[in-house]
Order: sequence, then C-alpha cells, then structure tokens
Amino acid sequence: MRLRHFDEELDALKVTLVRMASLAEDQIDRALSALINRDSGQARQVISRDHLINALDVEIDEECLRLLALHQPAARDLRLVTTAMKISTELERISDLAENVCERTIELNEEPQLKPYIDIPRMGNIVRMMVKESIDAFVKDDSVLARKVLASDDLVDNLMEQIFRELLSFMSEDSRMITRATRLSFVAKYLERMADHATNIAELVVYLVEGKIIRHTTPTQST
Amino acid sequence: MLDQQYRTITGSLPLAVPSLMTMQGGDQGYSTAPQHDHAPAKSKLLVRDFSFFYGLTQALFKINVDIPEYQVTAFIGPSGCGKSTLLRCMNRLNDLIEGARHEGDILLDNEDIFSPAIDITHLRKRVGMVFQKSNPFPKSIYENVAYGPRLQGLNQRTVLDSVIEHSLQGAGLWEEVKDRLHKSALGLSGGQQQRLCIARALAVKPDVLLMDEPCSALDPIATGRIEELLFALKKELTIVIVTHNMQQAARVSDWTAFLYMGQLVEFSLTKNLFTAPAQKQTEDYITGRFG
Repeated sequence: MRLRHFDEELDALKVTLVRMASLAEDQIDRALSALINRDSGQARQVISRDHLINALDVEIDEECLRLLALHQPAARDLRLVTTAMKISTELERISDLAENVCERTIELNEEPQLKPYIDIPRMGNIVRMMVKESIDAFVKDDSVLARKVLASDDLVDNLMEQIFRELLSFMSEDSRMITRATRLSFVAKYLERMADHATNIAELVVYLVEGKIIRHTTPTQST
Repeated sequence: MLDQQYRTITGSLPLAVPSLMTMQGGDQGYSTAPQHDHAPAKSKLLVRDFSFFYGLTQALFKINVDIPEYQVTAFIGPSGCGKSTLLRCMNRLNDLIEGARHEGDILLDNEDIFSPAIDITHLRKRVGMVFQKSNPFPKSIYENVAYGPRLQGLNQRTVLDSVIEHSLQGAGLWEEVKDRLHKSALGLSGGQQQRLCIARALAVKPDVLLMDEPCSALDPIATGRIEELLFALKKELTIVIVTHNMQQAARVSDWTAFLYMGQLVEFSLTKNLFTAPAQKQTEDYITGRFG
C-alpha cells in the first residue's frame, strides 16, 4: 500500500475537526453548569467563546474546499472531505445553541429559581454524550457507535415532551411563572435541537463509513 | 453549440433513436453478478465469460459485462490490466495478432461477433475505433473523412459532401476546417487531428465507437473539446472509452468498469463507483493507494 501525502492532509483535517468538536462539547458542559449553578458569569464566558468555534468552522470549510479543488478526491476520501464540511456546520450550530442556553440562563438568573432542575440536566447529559459519541464514531470510523447515537434521539425527544408538559402545568397554575417557564422550555428545546445535530453527525458518519445515505429515511430503511 | 451539433447529427444520420420507453422495455438478460448495478437501458454489447490469451499469456479472465446502448462506458485500471485488450476485442482488432485466441462470447445486438457468419469489415464499420495517437491519412481533410464512405461505394459528390460536412460537424471540427477541406490533414493541430479521426469514424455511421485513450496525447483544452463531444455523440451511438485519467472517466462516463490483472473487479454506475465503490480494490485504485 502506497503512502500518500494526501493522507497527512486528511489527518490534519480530522485533527482540526476533533479540536472543534472538543470545544463544542466544552461549550455544552459550561452552558449546562452555568444553567444548573445559576452562574451568569460563566454563561457570559460561554457566549464570549462562541467566536472560537465560528473561526474553526470557517477554517475547516476553507480547508475542505482547498482539498476538493486541488486533489479532486474520490470514494472514501471524497466522503471524508464532504462529511467533514457538514459536521463542522453541525458543530457550529450546536455551539450556537449552547450560547442560546446561556442567554436564557442569564435571564432566568434575574428571578428566583422556578423549581429544582432535574430533567433538564438529565437531558443535557444525554445530549453531551450524543455529541461526544458521534464525534468518537467519526474519529474511529465506527458506524455501529454512530447508529447507537441515532437511537438516543428518541430518549431526548421524550424528555423534551415531559419537560414541556411539566412547565405547562406550572404556567397554568400561576401566571407569574410564565416568563421563567417559557425560558426553561426554550432551554429544553435548545437541548433537543443539539441532539438533532448530534444525530445528523451520526448519520454523516454512517455515510462516511458505509457509503450509505440514511438521512431522511425511516429507521428500517437505514439499517 | 453542442445542441446545434446534435441537431445536425440527428438530422443527418439515419440512426433512429428509440424512445426511452422502448429502450427500457427490452427484456435483455442482465448480468446478475452481485457487485453489478443493473443497466436501465438496453445492452448494446454483451461480454460473456470472455477470456483472452496472447500465446500462453492470459490477458483477460472470464469477463462479464453489459455495455448499455447510448451511454458512455469507461474502462479504467492500471497499465497492463487488460482494458485495451478488452476494447480491441470488441471489433476484433486482436484477430491481427499472431497466436492470440479467446474463449467466451461478445455479442453485438445479440449477435456473436466471432461467428463465422460475421463479415469482419461490416463489424468494424458498425464498431468504429479511435486510437490514442491520432492517425490521419496523408491526404486532404476531405479525403480522410471520405475514405470510409468511398470504400462502401459512395461516390456521388453531393451525397459525399453532405456526409463529410455532417461527420465533421459531429466531431466538432467543421467550423475550423470548412474553408480548407482540401488541405492536408497533417497540417492540423494534434487535437484537430484527433477530432478528424473521430469524424472519419463517424462517416461510416457506426453504432458503437471504441476510444482507446483518445485524449492522452492532447492538451487540456483539446481534451475538454473531445469530452464535450462525447456528451453529444452518445445520443447517437454507444461509446466505450479506455482511459488512464480517472477524472476523465468520472466526468464523461455513465458506467465505469474497473479491471485489475485481467479481471473485472467492479462494474457500476460511474456516480456510485467514484463516491462509494463496492470493492476495496476499486477504492484503493481510485484513491491512488495503488496502481
């Protein structure tokens, strides 16, 4: 098997993408901790770090375009470059949502805590795990792990539904809770959207490894 | 411009293009080998368990492939993989090689091209060939294209004139040479000479055009012109092209066959073969890991 210089460039691309992913995971961690500990300072820190991820998104895009233009990759190499481009967009969106969580956190912290947070941290943990595992699947070319991530999305959707119903009952009991409950339901929605982006990453990994497009298919079609 | 060329060809060549319905309606027996995608169109050429030997050396091993009609099929593979050998068997050019023999069949419109009943001159008229190095005759541009039709007994000047004009238009060369048809073909540039050879092949109205590395001696612009030509030509005939240039195969062909050491490793729709090949060997070759 011939060693190619191109492999070094692809490896470097993967490294940049993993760096971006770990920054995004870190943003989720910090956003969740800012929310749970009612720490507006930390929330502001997360918001101020979003530009780092945006810059990496642009860097990865430019690198992928360069590789496409100069190397005209085929087969697996082509799938890697196009997948990296898309994953970077997903990570950028995840990081934006972490920023949104922090914006709601700062608003929530201006009033007393509505209720002890139980389900939202649970949801946050699952989402964080989904993002981590989807990126692990990318790094290890592991489509089995990627499919495991897909399965977690239902859990998150169910939690979202449960949280929403609970918040609705708060709101109907006491109209003074509406502002806070609405903000919290936004947070739940942001987390649910993050899980969707992690799912997208996992689907991209399945394409990368197996060459099969499973997006927008029913679960039976995607196996 | 290509559209115009196409209209000109369709107006001139008596080949009727069957409607899509009739093309798909044919109940051809397609190959059922698992790594093969299935051709949607009728197959023009069927290669069946085809092996080929140069003396004691076996160059092809039981090849099975269906060449779909009105499409471009590319053969790719490293040097010596047998792709040119297979191409040259399709109009029996290899008959000329001492000690060469074959096993298996090649069918053109379901007719065995190796059958004793086949008139080999007629076969080569139906299955034309363009080579790597352009090989115009040391005659005028006009006489180069007129050569085939004249051999077939076409001598009426007005008819001949129109065949020549249409063939040169089909090859995308008319505008460049219409004012110097009676000048020597050897004064043309390399790219023009190659298009002249295509015009010469078109003049006898073939069903199939075999092209063996037709662009490897040309610069990128001349290459681009030939590639554009293929898109127009395939509306009228079936094209099989051998190329070392994988990007070229990816650009111009509908189907790609990857050959390695005399074996057909994979035959798929080009768009699938270059994005998600089914075979590891294909993957390694098209990503430049070997070959």
